[in-house]
Amino acid sequence: MDSLVEAFRLIISLDADLFEILWLSIKVSLVALIIAAFIGLPLGTYLAITKFPGRKFCILLLNALMGMPPVVVGLMVYLLLSRSGPLGWLGLLYTPTAMIIAQVVLITPIIAALSNQVIEHLHQEYSDTFYSMGVTGRRAVAAYLVDARYALTTCILAGFGRAIAEVGAVIIVGGNIDHLTRVMTTAIALETSKGNLTLALALGAVLLALSLLVNALVIGVREYAAKRQYA
Amino acid sequence: MQRSANMPRSILPLSICDLRLIKGDRALLGGVNLMIDHPGITVIMGPNGAGKSLLLRCLHGLIKPDFGRITLGHQSVADSSDQQAMVFQQPVLLRRTVLQNLAFAAPKTAKTDPQCLMRALESVNLADRAHQPARMLSGGEQQRLSLARALLSRPALLLLDEATASLDPASVLLIESLVKAQSAQGTKVILVSHDQGQARRMADEVVFISNGQVAEQSPAEQFFTAPQTPVAQAYLAGEISF
Ligand SMILES: Nc1ncnc2c1ncn2[C@@H]1O[C@H](COP(=O)(O)OP(=O)(O)OP(=O)(O)O)[C@@H](O)[C@H]1O
Ligand SMILES: [Mg+2]
Repeated sequence: MDSLVEAFRLIISLDADLFEILWLSIKVSLVALIIAAFIGLPLGTYLAITKFPGRKFCILLLNALMGMPPVVVGLMVYLLLSRSGPLGWLGLLYTPTAMIIAQVVLITPIIAALSNQVIEHLHQEYSDTFYSMGVTGRRAVAAYLVDARYALTTCILAGFGRAIAEVGAVIIVGGNIDHLTRVMTTAIALETSKGNLTLALALGAVLLALSLLVNALVIGVREYAAKRQYA
Repeated sequence: MQRSANMPRSILPLSICDLRLIKGDRALLGGVNLMIDHPGITVIMGPNGAGKSLLLRCLHGLIKPDFGRITLGHQSVADSSDQQAMVFQQPVLLRRTVLQNLAFAAPKTAKTDPQCLMRALESVNLADRAHQPARMLSGGEQQRLSLARALLSRPALLLLDEATASLDPASVLLIESLVKAQSAQGTKVILVSHDQGQARRMADEVVFISNGQVAEQSPAEQFFTAPQTPVAQAYLAGEISF
């Protein structure tokens, strides 16, 4: 109970350590999210509206990757970036960049697979009309992305939720180094194992609040879209 | 693909030669032969499942037939696609405002002239709804918007597949008058309808389809007073058997 009270004091007093960790978490996840969205949204859209042999397999693969355990992603990126790995010469292991790479690998399939479903649905509705209006190629992709904007926003938020709450991958490639690669989830894991429940609880509360916020945003976006028949 | 405002109206004669569409061992279209060389409005009638929608979709290029040839003024379907427009039974509108829906479909010349889009909206009585989300319009209003959108490109051939099937009488009449006006300006109209009243009001010519084939093609007057084939007689009397 004492540690709970102390935890709230940490949050309310804007404790420097806590906010350093929080800020790094958000920075890493946001950068990863932006990169993942730039890859995942066009990829999901392309797979939804283009017919080519192997398309079904690609979608299957995306869906399988979506459920990949973070520690496995962490291990893969570790092997890639470790000194003897193919990208070892970049010296990225145990840096925030390594964590961003791991999170991009983790959430790109999520964003691509979810947006693929969204666009595929829209494509069933629009394809005849687009054909009729002579809308093809890049113009069609752009139109789908615009028209699915609300559903895609929720896909992106889902990606962010996953990235910020994830621990397995970032701890392997980031190493949980104080002031450098320590993010909320890895700090919680460490502080709990050390028995320092105060900081762990404070971070847990912030993480929970963030998750609530993301989910509230998802619901808000959905309702806004539904009210205008834009869903 | 942008369409020019003064396109050659070279869609006629429209000729369909031995058009076949086969699914499994069933011929959905079993050798359609049809020659349309008069401007004006051609109404396609026929019982449910006769193949009217499939025929229209082949004409528009949405379906590739298994066999047969379609030429529109000596062009292929693909070459004529930018001279065609189609209105479907279920209007499909973008998740944008009414005006944005028109702007999306508008040729470049119209895009630079906002007045042109507003005039198009006025013609279908939707000017005051310009900034509303299009999908919140009623069914009839949505269909009016789809028609306005289809007409923006000044098509040489306008295809309508039961476009007024679920609309109230006033909306039906408004759409009919717009289609007639478009036809008077030289657009060839081909329209599928089960509504005999509508067919009588609109048709210059009737093509009757039954079982995936053309059973009869007659001037409208003749078709309604003295249909030549037993199937058409039965259909008009409301006693078609499937
Ligand atoms: N993709 C498809 N696969 C298999 N059969 C189909 C397909 N599309 C249509 N059909 C069949 O082809 C036949 C003709 O369909 P079509 O939609 O052209 O009928 P229609 O004349 O437009 O009828 P309605 O008046 O009910 O609209 C129907 O029996 C339908 O079941
Ligand atoms: Mg039909």
